[in-house]
Amino acid sequence: MTYTIKGNTGEWEVVIGLEVHAQVISNSKLFSGSATDFGAEPNSQVSFVDSAQPGMLPVVNKECLRQAIRTGLGLNAEINRYSVFDRKNYFYADLPQGYQISQLYHPIVGEGQIEIDLEDGSTRTIGIERLHLEQDAGKSIHDLDPKRSFIDLNRCGVALMEIVSRPDLRSPEEAGAYLRKLRTIFRYLGTCDGNMEEGSMRADVNVSVRKPGDEFGTRTETKNVNSIRFVMQAIESEALRQVKLVESGGEVQQETRLWDAGKGHTRPMRSKEFAHDYRYFPCPDLLPVNLPESFVDAIKSDMPELPDDKKKRFINDYGLPAYDAGVLVAERETAAFYEQVAEAAGNAKLAANWTMGDFFGALNKADIALADSPISARQLGGLIKLIADDTISGRIAKDVFEIMWETGKDAETIVEEKGLKQITDTDEIEGIIDQIIADNPAQVEKVKVNEKLLGWFVGQTMKATGGKANPGVVNKLLKDKLGL
Amino acid sequence: MAIDRDTVTRVAFLSRLEIEDAQKDAMTHDLSNILTFVEALNDVDASGVEPMTSVVEAYAPLREDQVNDGGYPDKVLANAPDRVQDFYAVPKVVE
Repeated sequence: MTYTIKGNTGEWEVVIGLEVHAQVISNSKLFSGSATDFGAEPNSQVSFVDSAQPGMLPVVNKECLRQAIRTGLGLNAEINRYSVFDRKNYFYADLPQGYQISQLYHPIVGEGQIEIDLEDGSTRTIGIERLHLEQDAGKSIHDLDPKRSFIDLNRCGVALMEIVSRPDLRSPEEAGAYLRKLRTIFRYLGTCDGNMEEGSMRADVNVSVRKPGDEFGTRTETKNVNSIRFVMQAIESEALRQVKLVESGGEVQQETRLWDAGKGHTRPMRSKEFAHDYRYFPCPDLLPVNLPESFVDAIKSDMPELPDDKKKRFINDYGLPAYDAGVLVAERETAAFYEQVAEAAGNAKLAANWTMGDFFGALNKADIALADSPISARQLGGLIKLIADDTISGRIAKDVFEIMWETGKDAETIVEEKGLKQITDTDEIEGIIDQIIADNPAQVEKVKVNEKLLGWFVGQTMKATGGKANPGVVNKLLKDKLGL
Repeated sequence: MAIDRDTVTRVAFLSRLEIEDAQKDAMTHDLSNILTFVEALNDVDASGVEPMTSVVEAYAPLREDQVNDGGYPDKVLANAPDRVQDFYAVPKVVE
């Protein structure tokens, strides 16, 4: 199922590459000892290094290197023990140095690849070109004063990982899946919180269009898109713009554009004519980084199970469908919760259905996080165990679940207190069925012609037992008695 | 190597240096001379030598991830031409 854009001259394929900026989780900044906390008072987390006072020298933060390498390992990428910082020169009010320290020629992480999970349960491999470390800029606030912009340098100098994908993505959906996968990997590794709203993960979106099989077209780059939904919208609208432009005889210019979320389209940057002359050169303030093998080995030996490995294990060991496994491993906490449920339930499939269905549904409805759930993993597992061993029916289980949610009691206690145990005793059910058949001779005649009416009898029997009769037993007995 | 007036104008703009038109010829001349002087390095056979980023054969010292700086907005802002509370205030920049 290929995503294409229908133009007047036929189908167009969309080629997408993403540059993701991910803020590194560290206590202090990439080159200084200032704090990195989000939301602090303006300029309270700024040192003389961050504010680029003359004579100050940057010193590399070891933990930021570790985080970049950890992430690189999570992207199945080549790790470069030797890397060099370069200056990328440009002027902007929230960049006091007049250059950003980045890594152009010798990034800390080289080529890698990740698998993205698509909605139909299939996966695709997306190439990673590189991951490099660089400094974040400060924040400009434009709406507090009619004539002036206010600058807060707290974010200035916080470490960023820029992850550049190959132009392997072919649809907005794939781009969305790629970003979600990166976020999952960051969160598993604890290298970036992946919070796009707070700006700790942002994407530059490269888009071009071509006729299937043709060479790549000229691409545009849309800067700083700050949500997965906006990335997907920006791709669609930018690809449409390019198709219209080319089909009407125009030519796509290689340029930097901005996403206008309010209007739902991209627009060219005003300063675009000067945007691409960064005059990179090795930063004379910083010596090359050369890490011993033991540095990387120590990180390798401390890696948690990665989402793709966990997914494979869920499929193989628990027999889950690929899609379910994908949903459950998306967040590390969810995966851990599910594993506890499965263990307590003794039935992994049923545990997956309940966790993803009723349980997630209830969390969503109540708008609360997994950590605040009134039902623990052990308790949910306990409920599922009662279904699995036929103590209660699936139907009753839903009622028990609601009571658990309200009271926080264990399923077993509730079933005991309310007498909800399933009736599997054939004699008891037989008695009830006999009564129903005796009371409804007209229906009995009809069901002999129209077998679908069996459902009515099942319903009556369940009603008479308060839903506690075992549906399997009821069905079998009814069929026998009615001669169906 | 000679560079032309346009290059000087462009580099000046990129560096945010204000250069009077009258200065540009002299600047072009000086920069060309500097480049020509440096070109003597082209005579050195550097084949097989990796481009160096530093003349010192040393590697970057690393810092532990500790918060031990910052927290002094007044010092940081002491030389700011304009400030509002603890923000720098600059002429409006809107993209």
